[in-house]
Amino acid sequence: MIRFILAKLARAFLTILLVVTFAFVVLRLSGDPAQVLLGPDAPQDAVDAFRARWGLDDPLWQQYLAYLRQILSFDFGVSMRDQSPAIDLVLQRIPATLALTVPALILKLAIGIPAGVYAALHRQSVADRGVIMMSIFGFTIPSFVLGLVLVLVFAVRLDWLPSGGQSSWRHAILPIATLSIGGIGILARFSRSAMIEVLGQPYIRTAMAKGLPWREVVWRHALPNAAVPIVTLIGFMLGALIAGAVVVESIFSWPGIGRLIVVSVANRDLAVVQCLLLVIAASMVVANLLVDFSYGLLDPRLRAKPAH
Amino acid sequence: MSPLLDVRGLVQRYATAKPLFGKANDIRAVDGIDLTLHEGEILGIVGESGSGKSTLGRMLLGLERPWQGEVRYRGQPMPAPGSADWRKLRADMQLVYQDPLAALDRRMTISRQISEPLEIHGLAKGEDARDRVAALMARVGLRADQADRYPHELSGGQRQRVVIARALASRPRFLVCDEPVSALDVSIQAQVVNLLRELQERERLTMVFISHDLKVVRNICDRVAVMYLGRVVEIASSDRIFSDPRHPYTRALVSSVPKPGQGLDGRIILKGEPPNPASRPSGCAFHPRCRHSDAGCAATRPELAEHDGRLAACLKLGHARPVAA
Amino acid sequence: MSFVSIRDLTVAFDGVPVLHGIDLDIDRGEAIGLVGESGCGKSVTWLAALGLLPGKARVQGSVRLDGQELIGAPRTTLEGVRGARIAMIFQDPSSSLNPVQRVGRQIGEGLRLHRGLRGAQARTEVLRLMDMVGIPDAKRRIDLYPHEFSGGQCQRIMIAMALAGQPDLLIADEPTTALDATIQAQILDLLAGLRRQTGMAMVFISHDLGAVSAVCDRAAVMYAGRIVEANDIDSLFAAPAHPYTHGLFRAIPDLEAGRARLRPIEGTVPDPRALPAGCAFAPRCDAASSLCNSYAPDLKDQRSGGAVACFHPVQSSLRHMTQQEVPA
Repeated sequence: MIRFILAKLARAFLTILLVVTFAFVVLRLSGDPAQVLLGPDAPQDAVDAFRARWGLDDPLWQQYLAYLRQILSFDFGVSMRDQSPAIDLVLQRIPATLALTVPALILKLAIGIPAGVYAALHRQSVADRGVIMMSIFGFTIPSFVLGLVLVLVFAVRLDWLPSGGQSSWRHAILPIATLSIGGIGILARFSRSAMIEVLGQPYIRTAMAKGLPWREVVWRHALPNAAVPIVTLIGFMLGALIAGAVVVESIFSWPGIGRLIVVSVANRDLAVVQCLLLVIAASMVVANLLVDFSYGLLDPRLRAKPAH
Repeated sequence: MSPLLDVRGLVQRYATAKPLFGKANDIRAVDGIDLTLHEGEILGIVGESGSGKSTLGRMLLGLERPWQGEVRYRGQPMPAPGSADWRKLRADMQLVYQDPLAALDRRMTISRQISEPLEIHGLAKGEDARDRVAALMARVGLRADQADRYPHELSGGQRQRVVIARALASRPRFLVCDEPVSALDVSIQAQVVNLLRELQERERLTMVFISHDLKVVRNICDRVAVMYLGRVVEIASSDRIFSDPRHPYTRALVSSVPKPGQGLDGRIILKGEPPNPASRPSGCAFHPRCRHSDAGCAATRPELAEHDGRLAACLKLGHARPVAA
Repeated sequence: MSFVSIRDLTVAFDGVPVLHGIDLDIDRGEAIGLVGESGCGKSVTWLAALGLLPGKARVQGSVRLDGQELIGAPRTTLEGVRGARIAMIFQDPSSSLNPVQRVGRQIGEGLRLHRGLRGAQARTEVLRLMDMVGIPDAKRRIDLYPHEFSGGQCQRIMIAMALAGQPDLLIADEPTTALDATIQAQILDLLAGLRRQTGMAMVFISHDLGAVSAVCDRAAVMYAGRIVEANDIDSLFAAPAHPYTHGLFRAIPDLEAGRARLRPIEGTVPDPRALPAGCAFAPRCDAASSLCNSYAPDLKDQRSGGAVACFHPVQSSLRHMTQQEVPA
């Protein structure tokens, strides 16, 4: 068990290191921050001073080692733009992002799974067909299109909801809807097929042959088995949350980390981008660890076999 | 008779898939087997799941490299899987296995499936290949009009005939049949068993017939090897093994076959679990389930020795002169 | 009145009939074998009786349990019959148990449902049942999961689960087919012993004639959705009357005979979507006449005992002849 946890943690650490390294290399090779921050017309000596100030003239591997030393001592650098610590900028933005992604995730689970399970239990019914259609609709429309359509309908045409900003809870409705609709569709579709698969298993017939009422067959025998593949999908969804936030926060001018990424990349604010990627990678790794551990809880076959 | 296949000290071990928690285990699927197979004979291999029958079959064909020991085919060591020599040998030896639907490509017609080995081994082309396929189909009892059918359009027995025709296409001399009739219904099973026997007699094929169905093995095999946890515990002519089994495991196995029209009386019901290769008992692997076993059986591993015209590995069979198998 | 009485039971999937009117009676405490090849309808009969077929199946006819009609009965009635009056075990024990639930709990469900046992009381009874079906060290293993048991032990657990509701009838659907020879023998032995102990009736569904004759008093042979012959075990094996039964017996290799060529039944089982007009076995039957090709014979009681659905049953003199032929 301890070996297992250590192996998992080692792998998690490696993943984060790879992400950080990749981000470092790509960012350095894809444009000069001095040019972007100071503008194309900046005098040469200002550019040179800027480069010296941020160590951009050193060889790449030296910069990289310096950077690694920094983050290992929990120093995530300062923004090239306004000199404030990068980690503070990122942490400031996290609550706003969570205010969108957490409700969106809850909606996905709370609507997607029951809809899929209901459809599986009532196959070929009107409700089943409805769920299939809605889920196809949900996951085929890209979120940037969906977001714009929602803005057009509910903000521009009907004027029910604001189209952007963050001043009240009403501002959050459209972004959360945009973030969750696709996921609800995918989860409904997937839960439906997972459930149908489980319902066809011999142990379901056994449970029925025992005389269990149908409700109990579903709750005690079908759902716990269908949960295993569904949790896998939820793991993927956790990973995709940030990507969704980037798009949605941009559309709705929501000041979360999604927008911070876009702005910082555009500005070549290296420290902030790297810090963001580090935080995102860490949260994905944690999400994956949680999924791995919940496998063991859900399916005893994936646990250790006692020696006997 | 010259031996077609000569097997010495064959051992195969696998590491089990590592569980999420805990450590991977080493399993010896085959644990020291010596065998000689003569040209034109049918050797049956019986035993329960986990006894290593299929692993042995795959090593005899050279599809798997043994961890220890060697397989010699016509006096030559088995070439490494994937090598040019090994590929050449494929035409000479074929495998027929249990599930014909899984063995066939669903998107290929029957005649394409049968002619494929001809193309792979460069044995026949065009008109020539078509004639060969027609002849093969006739030989296994498939109708000519079935040539353009797909596997799912045939019954289980017909599919197994296709698999057999395909195996015979390259004119092999050695055939390993791994549970070839287990998935078939009784009335169809008899058709396929008869077909295999006819083919074997006509072409003097050498055959290894792996099955857990003792009645079929009795009918088709010249000689039978009984396996338990990766070792041969008794080997003798089919007549002898079924009329007068000696090893306690063989006796239980033979007596466990229900006979139509007879009740449960007089059957030897073994205690305990089927063999688990991951936790092999010490000494004689069968001793925990054996009613004749004593402390000696738990300590000493018996070797095959001659008893009354058969080889058996049991310490309780009296003092017999050990022989090299 | 017999304990279970099936009359003219038919089942169709998507409009294709697979069961063409089954009549069968089972007395209390009796063990009857249902024999036949895959697709002949031997399992479907009982899945239909217990309402366990998928929704697309169309079931007609009558199955009465102590006079109570089960076909078309409300779900609550069926749930009260399943497990409590009629229990069922299946072919593949490992996949018939819920992989994510402890075996003790799975056995305990039947106790709660049908006997109102809960908590410590239920646990004691689960242990007793596990003991009864021969699971060693039940105390330690009651909280293990199905994958921690071998196939044979999983079948024992299935049997314990079936016994939990103290049923009057156990349907054993190919209970030993997926198991190794020596384990098959153990399970047959266990089933026979439990029947003596509890006095429950048993329907033993199998394609293995040997296994059927080992544990049953009587057997019915099915072909293409019909019962073609029924008789007590001894008479059936001594003098099979239907050409299909006769052919089936001949096709099985005999462990004690030599290596005589087997005598298969030529041809294959007909496709249920394209059944022959008359007797379904006629195309494979040596004795078939033009009558057989146009009319399907009904299952008729024979003067000598048993029932046969055939216009030209195998004559006993002929049977003798073929039996003498075998060793040749």
